[in-house]
This record gives sequence, C-alpha cells and structure tokens, in this order.
Amino acid sequence: MNEAVRSLLSGHPFLAGFPPEAVELVAERAEVVTFRPGVLLFREGSPADVAYLVTAGHVAIEVHAPSRGPIVVETIGEGRVVGLSWAAPPFRYQFDARAIDEVEAVAIDTAPLRVALAENPVLGFLFLDRLAAVMLERLQATRIRLLDLYGTTDAG
Amino acid sequence: MLAEAVAPAGAAGALVPTPYVVVERREEAADVVTLAIEPTEGSAPTFRHGQFNMVTSFGRGEVAVSMSSAPGAPGPVEHSIRRVGAVTAALCAAPVGSFVGIRGPFGTSWGVDEVEDGVDVVVMAGGIGLAPLRGAVRDLVARQQAGRGRVFVLAGARSPDQILFDEDLRAWERAGVHVGVSVDVGAPGWTGVVGVVTALLPGAPFEAAGALALLCGPEIMMRFGGRALVDRGVDAGRVRVSLERNMQCGVGLCGHCQLGPLLVCRDGPVVRYGGLADELFMERYR
Repeated sequence: MNEAVRSLLSGHPFLAGFPPEAVELVAERAEVVTFRPGVLLFREGSPADVAYLVTAGHVAIEVHAPSRGPIVVETIGEGRVVGLSWAAPPFRYQFDARAIDEVEAVAIDTAPLRVALAENPVLGFLFLDRLAAVMLERLQATRIRLLDLYGTTDAG
Repeated sequence: MLAEAVAPAGAAGALVPTPYVVVERREEAADVVTLAIEPTEGSAPTFRHGQFNMVTSFGRGEVAVSMSSAPGAPGPVEHSIRRVGAVTAALCAAPVGSFVGIRGPFGTSWGVDEVEDGVDVVVMAGGIGLAPLRGAVRDLVARQQAGRGRVFVLAGARSPDQILFDEDLRAWERAGVHVGVSVDVGAPGWTGVVGVVTALLPGAPFEAAGALALLCGPEIMMRFGGRALVDRGVDAGRVRVSLERNMQCGVGLCGHCQLGPLLVCRDGPVVRYGGLADELFMERYR
C-alpha cells in the first residue's frame, strides 16, 4: 500500500474524522497524481470514474462556449474535492476541470469505491453525508454569486 | 473596544462644506474613480482609518464616502467613489482642478492603531468595500514588516475588470502579505480564483485565536463573511464591519441613517459584528 496516499488522505479535510477503515477503503483505490498547469483532469461528458482530493494547487472548473472559449465557473483549491459526478447517475462529468498551477491530488477510482460503499452502508452513509455537505456548500456559494452582490443597488 | 467617533473640529467642519480642489483623478475600474483632493486653504483635518467624509458635488448633492488613503500619509486625501447615481456620477466625472465640498471626518474607525502586537488581522473586502480598508491595510502591511503581526487580505469582486487597487494588491503581496482575490465571474485569461470571497478563507493560514477581522462590502457579503470567520474560530466580538446607510447630517441629528439603536453616521460606520451587527443584520431594520 502506498504510504504517500494514506498520508495525504488522512490529512485531507474531506476525510477528516472518518474511521481508519474508511480511509483504508479509499487508499486501496487511490493514487497520487500531479498535473502541470493547463492540463485537463477530465473533460465534460466523459465517464465520471475518478474523484480528486486536491492536496496542492488550484483547479478551474470550466465550460467551453463557442466563440468565447473556456469560461471558469469555480476554482477549487487545496483541501477540496474535484469531481462529484461519480456520486449520481448518469456518472458523467458535467464540466471540464483544468489545472491552473501545479496540482497534486489523490485520484480515487470511484467505480470500485461505489461497489465497496454499497456493501458497507455505514461507510456509505459517511461518504454520502460528507458529499452532501460539499454539494450544499457549492449550492449555497452559487446562490450567493447569483445575487450579484457587487452590482449596483443604491443611487447616490 | 472600537475607537470612539471623532467629530470634526468646529461647527463649520461638521455642517458647512469646506472647498477642496481635485489634484488627481484615477480610474480604478469601469465605474470607480479615486479623487485626490486638497483644501483650498490650510491643511486637511486628521482622520482615522475607516472614517468618512460627506462629499459635495456642488449643485447636485452630497454623499458619504470613506477615505481610501491612510491617515497621516503624505499628500492629498483620497476618496474612491463608485458611480451609482447622479451625485456619484458627477463626482466621478470631476476633472483635476475642479472643486468639491467636504464635511468631516465623521464616524468610528477600524481601530487598527490599537491592535495588540502579535495578533493576526484578517481583512475581507467585497467590491468597493476595499476602499474604506485600503488605508488600514497600508498601515497593517507596515505593521507586519515591523514584525508586529501579520495581515491577510481577502478581496472579492464581480469580475476581473472590477478588481480595485490592483497595484496595491500586488505591492502588498510583494511585501510578503497573504493576498487572496476572487471573482464571481471569470473572464478569458483570468487564472485566479472564481468563487465567493469566503472561499478564500481556507487558503489563508491565519491564527484564528485572538485574530481581528475587518469586513467591508455588501451587507450580505458581511453577513456570510462574519459567519464564516466565526466558524473558522475567530471571536465574533473581534470581527468588525463597516455599515452603510443613508448618511446625511453626519453628526447623529437627522436620523436618516438609523439602524435599530444605531445612528450609523455617529455610532458607525465601523461597529462590532458579534452581539451587534450580526443581530441587526437579521432584525430587518430597514
């Protein structure tokens, strides 16, 4: 077993407070990966079979628009997760993910992880509970941005 | 303890505008202009970080604008103004050599002069909210360089072209300050952070225990920012926010700027978040 993976996983906020067997479950299905600036982690529409726990650097979640090029919708940094589409059908990435700078992450093979979690509902609940928190945080952040807080409100 | 409001010396400074001349005009962003002004006679009164002046565009009206330069800094006093209505549009268009009226300074300050040595200071600003904090940050950068405590600057903007004081942000970063900038909407070529300003908090390695936090920006941003800082471990009583209301008289007489028990022009604009602003934000005193 790769000690580097275990070390990075145990220090990552996504798995904070998880029991050792949960960390081990992930470690058995994970590897440390690095990306140079500009390299795609995954592309929109491709099978969502890997989740990345970012341990260094920044990843742009972006969508490509004709005539406009890539539009960044969110930036994900150290301690956060890139790739949530493995958690629900149709298990396809909905956006591109591109390294902005030198990125280090733990890449988790999510297909076997899903099987393992289905076989162990207690750990499965732990993961879904944590994923729900991540999704809620992103939903709320998106709602705040929809408010266009910095737009003009008062006249004076 | 926040610094007490410092009223301008003499009734004339409080209620009658003093003429100032525009000596420099800078476009900070598409709709934000900084005017550097000097009194036509004598010297400008001293002020404290976070205080504001009532700035008159003669023939149009008067608005409250915080000073964006540092107190005591050499040179003219600076005000950074966002074009949102008729008065601010006129002020933003004021050419060098034109005149504006000034009453002030008014209100409470950020109190950064009284910050204990060794304490981390977190500055969170959104949009034009960086202007009232700019002078404080400049002095906090000097404090950091003197080894008296770190400062962390987290700034949010709508889009990359709306980021204010870009040169200052770069200079502060070069000086060793942790500077984070996020935008709500990215643009081609933008490689910085896209997201809400609170998303910058996890990457800011400040020591929450004992930290002082200064927030200025849209009220909703300050609500969420205050909560996020408290969740991070900052004492709510050590979070300060700058309130914005319809300031008119500037001396607590007219009541236009009332927010619950506060007259913001007199008791603010800088007030503590914990046990005051956090409750007022939720009380719907509008």
